[in-house]
Amino acid sequence: MGIVSPGFTGRRRSGTELPPGQYLTREFPVLSAGPTPHVLPEHWEFTVTSETGEKYKWDWAALMALPAEEITKDIHCVTRWSKLETTWKGVSLDTLLADVETGADYAMAHSYGGYTTNVPMDDLLDGQSWIAYEYDGEPLDPEHGGPARLLVPHLYFWKSAKWVRGLVLSDTEDLGFWETAGYHEYGDPWKEQRYAGD
Amino acid sequence: MERTAIRRRLTWQVGTVTDVRRETETARTIVLEVPDWPGHLAGQHLDVRLTAPDGYRASRSYSIASAWSGSDSSTIELTVEQVPDGEVSPYLVDVINVGDPLEIRGPVGGWFVWKPEQDGPVQLIGGGSGVVPLRAMLRSHASAGSTTPFRLLYSVRRPESVIYVSDLKELASSDDVDVRLVYTRDAPAGEPRVGRIDADVISQYAFKPEDGATTYVCGPTPFVETVADLLVAAGHDPARVRTERFGPTGDSR
Amino acid sequence: MSETNYLDGNAAAGSLSELFAVDLTAAIAQCNGCGHTAVFAEAHVFVDAPGMVARCPGCDSVLLRIVTTPNDTYLDLRGLTYLRVPNS
Repeated sequence: MGIVSPGFTGRRRSGTELPPGQYLTREFPVLSAGPTPHVLPEHWEFTVTSETGEKYKWDWAALMALPAEEITKDIHCVTRWSKLETTWKGVSLDTLLADVETGADYAMAHSYGGYTTNVPMDDLLDGQSWIAYEYDGEPLDPEHGGPARLLVPHLYFWKSAKWVRGLVLSDTEDLGFWETAGYHEYGDPWKEQRYAGD
Repeated sequence: MERTAIRRRLTWQVGTVTDVRRETETARTIVLEVPDWPGHLAGQHLDVRLTAPDGYRASRSYSIASAWSGSDSSTIELTVEQVPDGEVSPYLVDVINVGDPLEIRGPVGGWFVWKPEQDGPVQLIGGGSGVVPLRAMLRSHASAGSTTPFRLLYSVRRPESVIYVSDLKELASSDDVDVRLVYTRDAPAGEPRVGRIDADVISQYAFKPEDGATTYVCGPTPFVETVADLLVAAGHDPARVRTERFGPTGDSR
Repeated sequence: MSETNYLDGNAAAGSLSELFAVDLTAAIAQCNGCGHTAVFAEAHVFVDAPGMVARCPGCDSVLLRIVTTPNDTYLDLRGLTYLRVPNS
């Protein structure tokens, strides 16, 4: 309930077709739920743990040795901003998971700093997700998740875990940091799945 | 111990702007009439919520700039500094007018407060618009007729950035209040020092650790961190240093 | 590089006051991660996020989270061993 504030529109631009309830921004807002980890590439490691407990590891050099893709996608944050045609460089999860033996349905992304978010395996594969390490032609800044972040642009951007350090695969769906505190377990912006039960 | 009264759940209520005062090029004081205002302590703050016609909302927290003057008073003041590219502050500094409604939730906060009955001298250290809750403490000190020694160290960029200029002059005329300005970019004629608050400024102008003062530090997060570290390094008891940080990013909160 | 992207426990006062009858920002809070015990007002509070997250100034563990949805407020206090509030 409440009132309308006369003359208030907020920091918004209208125009292009956006998911419901979103507004357009040209900036790249920085959202953080904790201190920014400063992980040097030489100390960075990415670990995939399968549902049987088997571990697959990549260090920075191994990541750089994999074929990279240029990605141009719109991103949508649950705090209502959307940014169009953001450009990234990274390695497809199809590439990283190609040799991982798994039949798991779910993945939990883990980050340096302790953040977690859950994503179904179906949303990580088939050209939908990347480990991104460049933004706009530059190495990914720590405040935007560098040295590397998960990029799952078809879901709300909290799923694109900054400072990603691994995926834990599972047959059952566990919930991540925001998903255990009222946010939607899946988070499709086009269905406006912001909160649990939406 | 009186806990029998059932406390109303604090939630949003609507105040009306009754006056606005320009403080500097980028700061404005808004006077609000809030029916049934329960009163507040110097240093408390409130949340402001703005709602666009399509339901879009943004809220931020602002310190109350005025002292509460008694049971019949339903008037409060907020002083807002415009944040570049901010969302809420430009509305409060440039758009909202006398007669407009403003949704608020407060008063809140019981830590960064000063009560006239409190023991010991008081050191106030403010950076930029961090002076706002400190001004409420000075106002409260004056209206209570308190003789508690108060010192204010106020860090500003340049003379034109000082808010409450006439107010501070008036308050500083009291024997119990000392006001010292520190200029970080440009100082007025006759003031040779330009620079941030450092260990020298603290040792020269602030109460000494043995004076038993309570120190209130308010400003942007980096300012507060720096000053709190300087105080502790100078031997002040961390338990007597109270801090309030605001807006490192975007629009205060 | 110092980390300054947080506020402090005072920033949580408004949200907490919708839930509790006493002011919790002046309460003494103990971190469940490292045992650091201090007034909640000194916690580091991150507000530029989908919810409000308060962290221990000693070890950065999450002390408390508040998410406000259109219908409900979620409050997670798992990171706190206790909140100590005076009786009067």
